[in-house]
Amino acid sequence: MFEIFGIPSQALFGQLLLGLINGSFYALLSLGLAVIFGMLNIINFAHGAQYMMGAFAAYLLLQYLGLNYWGALVIAPLVIGAIGIVIERLFLQHLRKLDPLYGLLLTFGLALVIEGLFRNAYGSSGQPYQVPPALQGGRNLGFMFLPNYRAWVIALSVVVCFATWFAIERTRLGSYLRAATENPVLVRAFGINVPRMVALTYGFGVALAALAGVMAAPIYNVSPQMGSDLIIVVFAVVVIGGMGSIMGAVLTGFALGIVEGLTKVFYPEASNTVIFVLMAIVLLIRPAGLFGRRA
Amino acid sequence: MPEPHPLLAVNELEAWYGESHVLHGVTFDVQPGEVVTLLGRNGVGKTTTLKAIMGIMESRTGSVRFEDAELIGRTSDAIARAGIAFCPEERGIFSTLDVKENLLLPPQVRPGGLGLDRIFELFPNLQERLSSQGTKLSGGEQQMLAIGRILRTGARLLLLDEPTEGLAPVIIQQIGRTIGALKAQGFTILLVEQNFHFAATLADRHYVMEHGRIVDHFSAGELKANTEKLHDYLGV
Repeated sequence: MFEIFGIPSQALFGQLLLGLINGSFYALLSLGLAVIFGMLNIINFAHGAQYMMGAFAAYLLLQYLGLNYWGALVIAPLVIGAIGIVIERLFLQHLRKLDPLYGLLLTFGLALVIEGLFRNAYGSSGQPYQVPPALQGGRNLGFMFLPNYRAWVIALSVVVCFATWFAIERTRLGSYLRAATENPVLVRAFGINVPRMVALTYGFGVALAALAGVMAAPIYNVSPQMGSDLIIVVFAVVVIGGMGSIMGAVLTGFALGIVEGLTKVFYPEASNTVIFVLMAIVLLIRPAGLFGRRA
Repeated sequence: MPEPHPLLAVNELEAWYGESHVLHGVTFDVQPGEVVTLLGRNGVGKTTTLKAIMGIMESRTGSVRFEDAELIGRTSDAIARAGIAFCPEERGIFSTLDVKENLLLPPQVRPGGLGLDRIFELFPNLQERLSSQGTKLSGGEQQMLAIGRILRTGARLLLLDEPTEGLAPVIIQQIGRTIGALKAQGFTILLVEQNFHFAATLADRHYVMEHGRIVDHFSAGELKANTEKLHDYLGV
């Protein structure tokens, strides 16, 4: 064991890893929020509840259908994403021409309702979810111990974030999305079914949240309030990164996870507030966010 | 002059922006292969007429028949897929897309659209700037891109809203030659123009609008005899 800046390397790298793990979830969740905001102009306050639903879907699929982690990783985002599409068709599509505040209030209400229902059904203590057998254990890297499951979470998050960025910025389908974000009326007048694309986009953003929820299930307990604990930080991440920038959301998510982890090492008292302090500074200096486009 | 089978027949078209009633019964038709203009001063409802045909103005009544199918009540994406393409006055070039993505954006709605090679023959400038950001082009190039991208789709009726607005004379001439070439290839064009001299050289027929209605109608041959009347209408 050696020391860096007077800190034992184990502690430093351990917190760095924890920061990367948190950053993986920040990135996935703020990515979903950015995709949804870009296309629907709605600040999706139900995002934390949808993340929680993903974790619960994994838990319930195992309890009642015996479907393991790998199955849940595919099925849970599909199911929760489909529920997202229903929410968009039933509620959100009617708010399109109104101030974004209405969407925020509606999704905030939805989040409260969903969390209440889950708390009523499953209590608030939380259910354990096992790490899948293939990813149990870990390896000693010499300077630190790396649990396999945590390495998997970071890797999967990076891959999913990159794939999403690629799909939006570099493909034909993505050009439809970007164009419809800019001028939905004209894109529709070219013959593209924009309302269907909007519903699918919301479903995709929600599925990203649910995927993060499944990934989180073996790390944190599966509990009804797991989303609301996380989502406040994620909103701060989105404010810092700037709404509507895909790459910005991803980079800011990982970076702030690391900043938070390092703060735990060097000045633990500030670790819970450092992101909000950064948010306040960014709002003062660059109100549109680090990667945001000026409105 | 009523011919048996117009490609586009607009009848008693009315439209509203919220509470404000802007079209008060617009009636005209466009025959296959024609270039027809809507003339009139600012704010008489020319752009609104195009938007109502296209379904972008959703609050509308009356009849818009295209190839004998009724379009009133259809959404704008369905109207585009019926074979009508729209080039808006503000051009609508997307800043988050490069020129190539802008060009390829409108999906093909029918077979028979122009290939990219033909579009580059009409607008050679575009080919050199394919990877530029769409809104980095000059105004003239943006207008060429806005027209070029709807030629790919296979739509037979093009609605062009003020394609010469704010452009240099040499670019206006190029756009004029393009419209002539498109007509020669069998495209049907409904053109909204403020630039009467530009319209006069291109169109087969002219409709004049005032206060949300068609108030007069000339064929190309009748223009000379009616110059004074037109100047009154247009305030030239």
